[in-house]
Amino acid sequence: MPLLEIRNLAIHFHTEGGVVEAVKGVSLSLEKGETLAIVGESGSGKSVTGLALTRLLPEPPTKYVSGEIIFDGKSVLAMKTDELRKLRGGRIAYVFQEPSTSLNPVFTIRNQIAEAIQLHRPEVKDVDAEIIKHLDLVGITNPAQRLHSYPHQLSGGMQQRVMIAMALSCRPDLLVADEPTTALDVTIQAQIMDQFRELRSKMDMAVILITHNFGIIGNFADKVAVMFRGKIVEYGTTKEILGNPQHPYTQALIQCIPRLGAKKKRLITIDHAALEAAGA
Amino acid sequence: MNTIASIAASYWIITNVLVILGFSLLGWVLWSGSHHERWQRAWVRFRRDRLGIGALCVVGLYLFVGALETIQFPSKDGGSKSLLDVLLTGHIQDEKTYSAPLAKTLLNDFNPEPLKGKHLLGTDALGHDTLSQTLKACRTALIIGGLTSAIYIPVGTILGLCAGYFRRRVDDVIQFVYSTLASIPEILLLVSIMLVFDKGLIQMSVALGITSWVGLCRLIRGETLRQSERTYITAARALGQSHWQIITRHLLPNVMHLVIINFILGFSGVILAEAILSYLGVGSPVGTASWGTMIDGARAELSRDPMVWWNITAATGALFGLVLALNLLGDSLRRAFDPKRG
Repeated sequence: MPLLEIRNLAIHFHTEGGVVEAVKGVSLSLEKGETLAIVGESGSGKSVTGLALTRLLPEPPTKYVSGEIIFDGKSVLAMKTDELRKLRGGRIAYVFQEPSTSLNPVFTIRNQIAEAIQLHRPEVKDVDAEIIKHLDLVGITNPAQRLHSYPHQLSGGMQQRVMIAMALSCRPDLLVADEPTTALDVTIQAQIMDQFRELRSKMDMAVILITHNFGIIGNFADKVAVMFRGKIVEYGTTKEILGNPQHPYTQALIQCIPRLGAKKKRLITIDHAALEAAGA
Repeated sequence: MNTIASIAASYWIITNVLVILGFSLLGWVLWSGSHHERWQRAWVRFRRDRLGIGALCVVGLYLFVGALETIQFPSKDGGSKSLLDVLLTGHIQDEKTYSAPLAKTLLNDFNPEPLKGKHLLGTDALGHDTLSQTLKACRTALIIGGLTSAIYIPVGTILGLCAGYFRRRVDDVIQFVYSTLASIPEILLLVSIMLVFDKGLIQMSVALGITSWVGLCRLIRGETLRQSERTYITAARALGQSHWQIITRHLLPNVMHLVIINFILGFSGVILAEAILSYLGVGSPVGTASWGTMIDGARAELSRDPMVWWNITAATGALFGLVLALNLLGDSLRRAFDPKRG
């Protein structure tokens, strides 16, 4: 049985300006310990899919029109509030794009991580030791001294590491990383991705990486789902998709990656009209 | 009759207990705050703020005088008198009517009588010493300010947080209520509530509480709307925290600086409102020393010849001092508590 299975999920937003079809029939599956990358441009529905896993989208305006989300044998869409709260953080944890606003500005990082641990692992006695362990795990030097820092005293990369530590401290089975490196500069991006790779094998958890950047998934993901306009247009192993992309949108996305040392020329842009004409 | 007499006799005990409770509450808040990193940082910043420290001392002085007046002793005639009475009456005696500050005789053109004692700020129509009346009025002002804040701060904060966090129906209902309240001219509303309730300090606090939460609620709602757009609220939900935990642990601390400044500024606003209501004749009950009543009396006094100017001057001066100090203190506290400043 797969850890997570999404079958034909459709999500609509009922706004004053009309109905927005954000996700139109997405199907995915993920085994324990596996890594899936969902790639697509802004507005393709990849973040919405990620948030829908634990029903984090505000309802209303969100409506789950059709489909099923099965996590560990249970239907998420049928869960009650209490079950959802145990699922959130405890089984499925999130890391978001903007580390500078993901942490509450008025609390120390110790407070925030302690809150997560107390919520999902009340059996832990020495909370401080547990926090230090996880801060150390995500590569924060001198974790004991950092405990009483406030978010604004840390750099962007450090803040994102704290967010990852917080997510890991609850021992989730699935980590959803929604554009975790987009707000960071390139060298920090590489460090954070290395960290993810290391942690994934250490903690034996499944990871869903949501990104618009094909460049960072190469050595990271087992499977790739390419999303375009609320649909999955291509789905397969990373090797297949990077090596032999079938869909014109995937091909265009891969061509968009700037390459070091390549001959200087204009980067291609994605021509939506042409894609539409091709029937995407 | 017996029960009424016993209630009257125990009245002084109740007020004393209330004073002790009030100050212990303040002490407890400060004591528990002093263990909190955020308060410690705020204190470090506040300490460097000389104007703020000065304002704090002035507010403390008013609080001290108010407490002196509130602590009651049973007196020989069966009633009770305050600690302030005990401290002052030994030195200050009542005259027959008006006398100018430091004058030697009553303010009476035809038959000037010698005074029994010296009065730094003169005496009023009933011969009471103006200085001691002004000091006694501190209690009225502080009770009105404190009680009203105790009513409107929690109401405004909780409703504002709920409106901003839950939005939709909840927001619509709360907005409807406060827009309706805000559309009625405040003074008219206050006066009509006071006419229904009858005069009294508690009644006045309730009336002011009903009318003053709107501004705070609006402010908190706006800030909550802004804060709940931030990722850390989504992150808190993604961690599985309940609505209650998100509101109390995440949103409240992030709007707390607004609550504090609104409390301090609102406090002075409420004291002014008390003065206005008393001036309009629907405020403090007869016999309660209040700055508003003193200013109200000045209508007749200023038209006399020679003019009786000391009552209004003393009341306005005391009012001005407290309001100014509270405003300065509010500014300093906001600067000290603002999370955006290092």
